[in-house]
Amino acid sequence: MSAAAPGAVATTLVGFARFARGNGFRIGLAETRDGLRAAALIPPTDRTCLKRMLRSLYCSGRDDWQRFDAVFDAYWRPPNRRASPRGAGGGRRPPERDAEQALAPRGQPADAERAGGSAGTFAGAALGGASAREELGRGDFRLLADPAELQQTLQLAERLARRMRRHLARRQRVQRRGRQLHLRRTIRGSLRHGGTPLTLAFRKRRTRLPRLLLLLDVSRSMSLYSYVFLRFARGIVGAFADADAFVYHTRLIHVTAALRQRDVEQTKQKLAVLSAGWAGGTRIGACLQAFNHHYGRRVNARTVVVIVSDGLDTGPAPLLATEMAALKRRARRVVWLNPLLGRCGYRPVQAGMQAALPYVDLFAPAHDLDSLLALERELVRL
Amino acid sequence: MNVAGDWQARFDAVGYIADPELATALFLLEHLKRPLLLEGDAGVGKTEVAKALAQALDCRLIRLQCYEGLDVNAAVYEWNYQRQLLAIKILEARELGASASEQQIFSEAYLLKRPLLEAITQTDPPVLLIDEIDRADEEFEAYLLEVLSDYQITIPELGTQHATRIPRVVLTSNGTRELSDALRRRCLYHYMDYPSFDKELRIVHKRLPDIGAELARQVVAFVQQLRQQELRKAPGVAETLDWAAALAGLGVERLDADPALLGETLMCLLKTKEDRDAVPPESVARLAAAAV
Repeated sequence: MSAAAPGAVATTLVGFARFARGNGFRIGLAETRDGLRAAALIPPTDRTCLKRMLRSLYCSGRDDWQRFDAVFDAYWRPPNRRASPRGAGGGRRPPERDAEQALAPRGQPADAERAGGSAGTFAGAALGGASAREELGRGDFRLLADPAELQQTLQLAERLARRMRRHLARRQRVQRRGRQLHLRRTIRGSLRHGGTPLTLAFRKRRTRLPRLLLLLDVSRSMSLYSYVFLRFARGIVGAFADADAFVYHTRLIHVTAALRQRDVEQTKQKLAVLSAGWAGGTRIGACLQAFNHHYGRRVNARTVVVIVSDGLDTGPAPLLATEMAALKRRARRVVWLNPLLGRCGYRPVQAGMQAALPYVDLFAPAHDLDSLLALERELVRL
Repeated sequence: MNVAGDWQARFDAVGYIADPELATALFLLEHLKRPLLLEGDAGVGKTEVAKALAQALDCRLIRLQCYEGLDVNAAVYEWNYQRQLLAIKILEARELGASASEQQIFSEAYLLKRPLLEAITQTDPPVLLIDEIDRADEEFEAYLLEVLSDYQITIPELGTQHATRIPRVVLTSNGTRELSDALRRRCLYHYMDYPSFDKELRIVHKRLPDIGAELARQVVAFVQQLRQQELRKAPGVAETLDWAAALAGLGVERLDADPALLGETLMCLLKTKEDRDAVPPESVARLAAAAV
């Protein structure tokens, strides 16, 4: 591979690159090669320097940076040298094509009426306890008992998110119609007429897609919904390059990187590692406080913050109100999706919900696929 | 001398205190010709790294400040329209053929080089600082990735410009948005945190050689504690230096000497009203007492 490092050292280094890759570091061939080149520049005994070099080569983010030490030490501590990398290779890619087709029959965007009406129709079905014959789009997520159906719904939720991006992009192209002169083109075109700008070129104003930021409640009260929303979030962060996703229960966890894993299984593994304390109580206020403090800078004037929660907060309501106000100040819009809103007879009277509502621009149900689909037009309205 | 020590010494000579990790990353930047991505909170000294690097290597610093909506015309090149128009009129008078005049007005004399093109056409490799890349759009990021892998830029009217020498590229990011994996992979990575007490003290002494040892120690201790508080914008290293210079300029020798003056100079550290309110005079007094 490279003449830079002698055989044994090279083998060890390549082994480490594989080991690190197995541990979630994003390392390609070019990085491995440069690792060898770098190692050849220093005396082979200088382990500290090697570690620093490989750290700056192999890390690609703060998380990597912080856990690199452990990975490096684990590999170079003698007993572990031969340990096989965790989860290396073997991951099967999800069958994208088939799934794409599976989505096709329900391609038509739901109109608001249908989405709204489904809440009512569904109350009856809930009593019957059977959702198998209901159209999947209107099946309340909490009532999905059949594993196959659940699987399909999960896939649809993700696909739906990806389709949103395509729809939004298409609308943008039709909408943009600016009247600003494109000087560069105009002059280029005027050459033909000896420098007289006979034909004018115009610059079209480009409206930008919103930046989506999802905050998902994964506490116990939401456990019947959280899987669907995680898949939805996975679709969103996959389709919108600048989207971000967080989950929270009693604390806040950044899950964008985990959701970006190409393989669903890998996503599951990553989430499992992060998931200690899931399906417990919720402290929405405290989590929003943590969010505003650590990630507040990610919220800008074209950010649409989507909070998915049932609003059953065990923390103090005033804190939630303060943090919602802070969030509202930074964000373009704040959307609150409440799965309970799709149920008959639900009123948002809980203290937490009441505290948050003044700062919410859109309060919408999200208990079935149709209600998610109805979001599309809300999101495009920045 | 080892790799890190060598670069630490070079940076020390231009007044920048680099830790061994950063020094190693800079060594690799120089030897592997890979761009270096610096991440960290605002005010930890990311931009300074590029400036110090240019000074240490005694080469030009070319800076591209990114912002939302940054496009090719502002980042790569643009034609000088006014001169072109003028030239067209002059050429008309000389009755040159269309193709001859076209060739003339799309020559390098009418090209305005913007930072990226400027950087790759230098004969001495400069330091190219791409500041706050996270503010630029994804489209620009993708374009940048292409430039950073091939070091060539295509101008339709002129052809492809290859880099004569590969520039040293430093990118900084504040983390306002996630960068693409491809760009991250292409770059060396270094995460910068706020400096430790010892390091910050050394920075203060380095930058403000005239400051009293006792005041410097107290200022750094105060700021280090202040960063632990819940603030909207934690004070960076530049703020520490400003404040230390202000206090030294006012003839303050100890932080607990004049609480009122201390309160008034805090505007060097706390730059939003919220943060000022979050640190009332009592807290200032408490922090000062602890720092002394």
